[in-house]
Amino acid sequence: MSDFEPIILKKIPDYHNIEIYMKHGGYSSLKKALKMKPEEIIEEVKKSGLRGRGGACFPAGMKWSFMPQKTDKPKYLCCNGDESEPASFKDREIFEKNPHQFIEGTLIACWAMGIKTAYVYIRGEYYPWIVMLQKAIDDAYSKGFIGKNILGSGYSTDIYIHRGAGAYICGEETALLNSIEGKRGMPRFKPPFPANYGLWGCPTTINNIETLANIPPIIEKGGEWFSKIGEPKHPGSLLYGLSGHINKPGIYELPSGTLLTDLIYKYGGGVKDNKAIKMIIPGGSSMPPLRGDEIDGLRMDNEHLKSVNSYIGTGGIVVMNEDTDIVKVIKRITKFYYHESCGQCTPCREGCGWMLKILDRIDKGMGRPEDIDLLKDVANNIEGNTICAFGDAAAWPVKWAIKKFIADFEKKVSESVELPVTNKVHSLRLAVQE
Amino acid sequence: MEIKFTEENLKKLEEAKSHYPTNDAALMSALWLAQYQFGWLSNDVMKYVGDLLNIPYEHVLGVAEFYTMYNKKPVGKHHLQVCTNVSCMLCGGYDVVDYISNKLDIGVGETTPDGKFTLIEAECLGSCGTAPMMQINDYYEENLTKDKIDEILEKLSKS
Ligand SMILES: Cc1cc2nc3c(=O)[nH]c(=O)nc-3n(C[C@H](O)[C@H](O)[C@H](O)COP(=O)(O)O)c2cc1C
Ligand code: SF4
Ligand code: FES
Repeated sequence: MSDFEPIILKKIPDYHNIEIYMKHGGYSSLKKALKMKPEEIIEEVKKSGLRGRGGACFPAGMKWSFMPQKTDKPKYLCCNGDESEPASFKDREIFEKNPHQFIEGTLIACWAMGIKTAYVYIRGEYYPWIVMLQKAIDDAYSKGFIGKNILGSGYSTDIYIHRGAGAYICGEETALLNSIEGKRGMPRFKPPFPANYGLWGCPTTINNIETLANIPPIIEKGGEWFSKIGEPKHPGSLLYGLSGHINKPGIYELPSGTLLTDLIYKYGGGVKDNKAIKMIIPGGSSMPPLRGDEIDGLRMDNEHLKSVNSYIGTGGIVVMNEDTDIVKVIKRITKFYYHESCGQCTPCREGCGWMLKILDRIDKGMGRPEDIDLLKDVANNIEGNTICAFGDAAAWPVKWAIKKFIADFEKKVSESVELPVTNKVHSLRLAVQE
Repeated sequence: MEIKFTEENLKKLEEAKSHYPTNDAALMSALWLAQYQFGWLSNDVMKYVGDLLNIPYEHVLGVAEFYTMYNKKPVGKHHLQVCTNVSCMLCGGYDVVDYISNKLDIGVGETTPDGKFTLIEAECLGSCGTAPMMQINDYYEENLTKDKIDEILEKLSKS
């Protein structure tokens, strides 16, 4: 259907199998990299323009160059497979279909930064995929790609899986560090940044699974080749995830900057029952939503999404048809943030609860006219006032949904029924308990 | 019942400890092993795990409480965790919850009297492209329909 030759999710049967992977040239980038100087590798990754695929789009080569070269301390790499942002299901696809390319990328990253231990943090729910990745790691150990004296180079690296246990916040990089250390997954203040003070106080880099899976082809074909794929400011392929009211949901690997309408209509088979689109989440539940009338000609990469006040995030696209109850959807998303807040910062801990309470009463036809402004106010007070970016992630969907779908909120408020409330405090408490 | 890891689990714990520079870091692995062996994490189990790793009970409790997948109370043999987050909600996730709730005659958070099934609502499980879906213990059941749910519950109720 597409002429694009996938970089990660290749259409080769049984590519997850190490023998098949090697038959198609797998692990030759590692061999090549081990003959290169670490700084040459970092230079190549910089040249590629590869940006992190975990949501923040930070340039990968630059991140690697922050790692101190000379240090007495051990250094660590954490591969972020927490993948708990609602509507995101791409890293799972890599564990299942191409685990060795991710492992190979991890090994090259370790060599480039002088790291001897890498942890792959995988959300606890992904048990079947943990088993798959462990099998791939074991196979790579037995072939001598991981472990002591890799391919006779004198360089040694170990890769271990760390299984999470159900906490979205552990995807935030410093919460992830605490979780690997065996603590509660509470984000840390930055600075100090992980490159100087990460796991057990040692220099640490955190990269997303998809980011690392892009490394072997960059080493094989060169940074320049990669930099020419898709949108120049955000090059490469992206693993777009389509879900919601769509005929053919799933993960589609396409060049960055692919038209959103192509994703939906050409690849995704269009909207279920041929309905019109009301709202779209472009990159996981945290990203500001778009209106159906904003998508014509919109290219899906971080640069172009900024023009509609949103971001690419994880590339998880949720399509919602014309019948969707926007308030209900935003309430459900806010319930998620309320449930997942780690509770360290007052604006986030209290604010998420307040937003949920207000959204709940608007949804139930008990909203007051001033509730919409109140909701905006709470969201604005969370945004930018917290230790980690979770606060923004919780505030954005609410704030932008109000901005873009104000009529939906106003309608629910204006249709509100006056309930005989004798005791205001009591009624508030009832709403919270819901 | 005496609380003690099997030989196999003790070996697995040693293996986990060898992955990290500190014992503390093996706590999450230890709690997983404990949950598989004892079904859930009672106070006594948490104390046992703490003693094994030389970690104060309060710290073990704090960690166990933080992560939702650690069961702090007993759950049924089959833990039905139905996703109702955004993509699943749009594809009928709440209908799945209602259907199972009616069929098993239990509410969300409840366990059937025979101890076979516990039903809970889950947050996004990373399976949004195959919504609606649920996780049963360690495994995923995707693209759920009423017929498929009937079939799954029928099979599980016999096991
Ligand atoms: C609340 C929150 C959740 C996050 N969850 C994830 C996640 O599940 N996976 C991920 O790779 N990055 C996640 N991130 C981003 C990470 O903090 C970090 O930026 C990323 O892993 C870095 O990798 P990259 O540069 O390769 O993208 C999350 C950030 C926040 C604030
Ligand atoms: S913003 Fe929320 S999740 Fe992040 S540290 Fe503060 S309370 Fe925790
Ligand atoms: S929303 Fe249900 S699995 Fe993601």
